[in-house]
Amino acid sequence: MNSAYAIESTGLTRRFGNLTAVDHIDLAIPRERIFGFLGPNGSGKSTTIRLLCGLLTPSEGQVSVLDYRIPEQAEVLKQKIGYMTQRFSLYEDLTVRVNLNFIAQIYRIRKAERRARIEEALATYRLEEMAQQLAGTLSGGQRQRLSLAAATLHRPELLLLDEPTSAVDPQTRRDFWDRLFDLVDAGTTILVSTHYMDEAERCHNLAILDHGRIVANGEPKILMRDMDSDVVEVESDRPRQIARALAHADNIVSVTQLGARQRVLVDKQQGDANGYVRQLLDAAGLQAVCHDAPPSLEDVFVTVTRNTHLPGMS
Amino acid sequence: MNLSLTRLLAILVKELQQLRRDRLTFGMIVGIPLLQILLFGYAINTDVRHLSAAVADQSATQLSRRLVADMEATQVIDVIGRVATAAELKALLDSGEINIGILIPPDFERRLQQKGRRAAQLMIDGSDPIILSTARSLTNMTFNRRSNERRTSADELFEVRNYYNPERRSSVFVVPGLIGVILTMTMVLFTAVSIVRERERGNLELLINTPVTTAELMIGKIVPYIVIGLVQVTLIMLLGSLLFRVPVNGLLVDVYLVSLVFIAANLGLGLVISTLAKNQFQAMQMTFFFFLPSMLLSGFMFPFEGMPTAARYIAELLPLTHFLRLIRGIMLRGVEMMHMANDIYALLLFMLASIGLAILRFKKRLD
Repeated sequence: MNSAYAIESTGLTRRFGNLTAVDHIDLAIPRERIFGFLGPNGSGKSTTIRLLCGLLTPSEGQVSVLDYRIPEQAEVLKQKIGYMTQRFSLYEDLTVRVNLNFIAQIYRIRKAERRARIEEALATYRLEEMAQQLAGTLSGGQRQRLSLAAATLHRPELLLLDEPTSAVDPQTRRDFWDRLFDLVDAGTTILVSTHYMDEAERCHNLAILDHGRIVANGEPKILMRDMDSDVVEVESDRPRQIARALAHADNIVSVTQLGARQRVLVDKQQGDANGYVRQLLDAAGLQAVCHDAPPSLEDVFVTVTRNTHLPGMS
Repeated sequence: MNLSLTRLLAILVKELQQLRRDRLTFGMIVGIPLLQILLFGYAINTDVRHLSAAVADQSATQLSRRLVADMEATQVIDVIGRVATAAELKALLDSGEINIGILIPPDFERRLQQKGRRAAQLMIDGSDPIILSTARSLTNMTFNRRSNERRTSADELFEVRNYYNPERRSSVFVVPGLIGVILTMTMVLFTAVSIVRERERGNLELLINTPVTTAELMIGKIVPYIVIGLVQVTLIMLLGSLLFRVPVNGLLVDVYLVSLVFIAANLGLGLVISTLAKNQFQAMQMTFFFFLPSMLLSGFMFPFEGMPTAARYIAELLPLTHFLRLIRGIMLRGVEMMHMANDIYALLLFMLASIGLAILRFKKRLD
């Protein structure tokens, strides 16, 4: 019987020479959900995705994807997954329709069904008008829709998307995510990597990666609720001085300027964050209005990635 | 004109720094002169010696034996066989085993006495003009009948029979070889850049994540170019026939079969290059590196017979060498393909080995 998880891994590790790109990652990704990898460039998102689909061989650890052992059974798995690379990887010198037809044949979609599936994909992803156009002449958003159409043509159980929206505008990103939820509704499991907070917040579950490790893991809402920092917003007419006064004080996790405001993260173990910030400002002789603010996912991200840079934490 | 020395120097130094990283180009800078000097200096020799010959000595006298010994002493020929009849000599010529047949008739001694009569016959594979002119130099050889007597050079010793290219037109010899050279040039490059190009454009990462198998990918990349190669063969043959009256003395189907195997062998080699090269420029450099010795050592430009043994061994590794023997044999001498089975097998072996190696080397992985 199928396990409850689409992807499971224990101690998944990949080294490139001296660099450990993926460092003992444990994953349990539930079926029919969107699971997000959030992390900065070089945090190991792409490497992890490549390990999961068998493109890279792990240095250590066990992986099971859709109940197949990876990398041993990677070839059988390939029929059941769809993969969208960071970079546009369809043929720019072929038309949209020819590209889709090629992919359909590669996945051995039966001839009787091929035409219907391609028409359906063209309609779903609003590509009908460009069907005869060369893929190389498409805009960023159109290319991305074509890539997703190609990746889902064979109705994969699992979709692996490696920073699919890194080159498109916000409206296109919203449309794209609507399609993803449609796919989940139809029974697909989606693993998506991103460095956009708004996208990460839309995932059912999220793992934050930093230096090849998972530094936080869970539902975005829970991650924000259980964050290890309190948020204080400081409003003043001298924000740069406020920043200098707070930046190096104990238990201050980060200070981020938003226009005239400074968003200050204070470690939870300090307690009474608002009072602590005011105390620091008074000591520096600075006037400001301080109020508490609800945490955002970016705050979570800043808090958890800070921890990995401190000794003895993980 | 505005020339800033700082900017000029910046570009100059950057260029050198990039060159230092590109090991292959660096290798070519040293490798090409080295290869050229070695090939032209040692391997290529237009002063051809040691042509393979067979003797049919029907006179079997002391004098006829001395004639053969004297001919060998010139080093122009190496006698590799002795047969009884002219027909056997012709068969050896046909199969390409010998370049020259020496026929000494039963009445050799009597003919020698008579002024103005040719005493013996040279049967020459005249398809290669260089070999032909070398062989004809034998006719000027002086031969002492008695120790104190000499025939004048005006009285030629041999009657020369020039086979396969009686009109001595070099185009007849060059055109079949050109098929091989053109195919080597185009076919290797077609597949050499094909996988590299997909990798450069990012297509490959998508493709290796699909259920497509390596064999499907490789064979799928070869077959279309085989058809293109055969179109090229047809074009060269048509032009050769219309413009230069180049004959096809053998079977046309043999020409195509041999070409087909040769094309596949070159495409396979291209795929191997494609798995080695990091970018399209490197693939082109590697192709060129293979093309140069093919051109010079295969016997296309310079006769194989003039090369030292080491160069011949290298040449035997090149598919073009075998193809040239086959295509010249079929088109000019009218030989049946299977009479040159060794060259066919060599091409088949090269084809299977290169395609096999390409499949083995290609990994559906990124590590």
